[in-house]
Amino acid sequence: MSLSIGLDDPRNPWFSWSYIEDNAATLGSALLEHLELTVVSVVVAAVISIPLGILSARSRLAATVILSGSGVLYTIPSLAVFALLAPFLGQSLITVEVGLVMYAMLIIVRATLTGLRQVPPDVIDAAGGMGYSRVHLLTRVELPLAVPSIMTGLRIATVSTVAMVTIGAVVGHGGLGGLILTGFRNNLYKPQILTATILCIALALAFEVLLSLVTRLMTPWTRGRTS
Amino acid sequence: MNIFSEALTWLNDPLNWTNPDGVFALLGQHLALSGAALLLALVVAWPLGVWLGATGRGGTITVVVSNVTRAVPTMALLSLLPLTALGFGPQSVVPALALFGVPPLLATAYTGMREVDPDARDAAHGMGFSRSGMLFKVELPLAVPQLASGFRTAAVQIVATTTLAALFNGGGLGEIISRGFGLGLAKGGGEILAGGILVAGLALIVEGVLAVGEKYVTPIALRDLSRTKARVSMSV
Repeated sequence: MSLSIGLDDPRNPWFSWSYIEDNAATLGSALLEHLELTVVSVVVAAVISIPLGILSARSRLAATVILSGSGVLYTIPSLAVFALLAPFLGQSLITVEVGLVMYAMLIIVRATLTGLRQVPPDVIDAAGGMGYSRVHLLTRVELPLAVPSIMTGLRIATVSTVAMVTIGAVVGHGGLGGLILTGFRNNLYKPQILTATILCIALALAFEVLLSLVTRLMTPWTRGRTS
Repeated sequence: MNIFSEALTWLNDPLNWTNPDGVFALLGQHLALSGAALLLALVVAWPLGVWLGATGRGGTITVVVSNVTRAVPTMALLSLLPLTALGFGPQSVVPALALFGVPPLLATAYTGMREVDPDARDAAHGMGFSRSGMLFKVELPLAVPQLASGFRTAAVQIVATTTLAALFNGGGLGEIISRGFGLGLAKGGGEILAGGILVAGLALIVEGVLAVGEKYVTPIALRDLSRTKARVSMSV
């Protein structure tokens, strides 16, 4: 798109099927990159954060350290995070992933901690009385009861990550964000910016629906209750 | 630690601060944009949140608003609004930024009003308070801790988001990072890092100042209460 076209030029409409048809391959690979970045960073964040959440539910000190540490990281704007990482990690996928994982972590740690704290003490006492060991108590009683909260955290983290991936465009790996940024910089090409935006929001909605369904399947005991 | 020394050199050059597009000018721009966006968000979200909370309507509205805005990429709004009738400049940057301040303000105003002790309402009613007297003398003061925490979240969020305006010629401290990336890592690495340090520093300072402010405006009697409430509202 190196044509010199103005904002009100008829060749620069808000929406254009021919743009989508002509650039289906580019759109597809940007969407795929977006999907990969989101899934990888949320999965990595979950693998790190759920144990951290369990640890903070066990110890007040760990909770303070982990929550305030991740809170400080969360305060730093994402563009600054990429700017602080890029000179060391390069304009690479790693830079984007590290930034995204950091943000997702805070949400998942908090959700895990909240979920575990909501387990009624009576239930824990009962399980203790039935001779459950610490490990069994955690894996068979506490974690299953914390699943709704953890899944809410995962859902929020995933939707936020989908939106945040776009900012990775400054480092050259922003999925659909790359299309938004280049669309803006090359002649303010509206169909490209709007199509990428719509795909991005659609991806976030798809994750929202998918994760809600998974949550329902994982927590059959909540079904039938009024929501 | 080559890049570190490059960043330090950049930060130590007085010209980089006092230039017409230097740190001071960009900081001023950043704060002006953030301030205007925060003001716009406040004007929209607080009255709406207070009204919804007072009438008990719209619990779902606040949830929907926060879910939807979470899914909208900041990049999209910052790039799309200048292409509309608003045109380039603060008039399109400010509304884009304001949108990201609305959900925390709306949600905290709503819950702040919902959580006013019904006994306090009844007592005020019995003492003959008018509806507006009750709102301004009883309900709003009791909601101050929530309102203050929403203000802080929104302000920090907006200051952080303003950084992105630079990617779309919107100005602010992000320009330094954006310029550095424009030069490429080899040439602009020091400037990128310096910009990152400045932006991160600003966000942390704003957060710190507002945290102190939040404590200060919360009436002493409500402080312990607000701490537990804040913890609950932070949890997802």
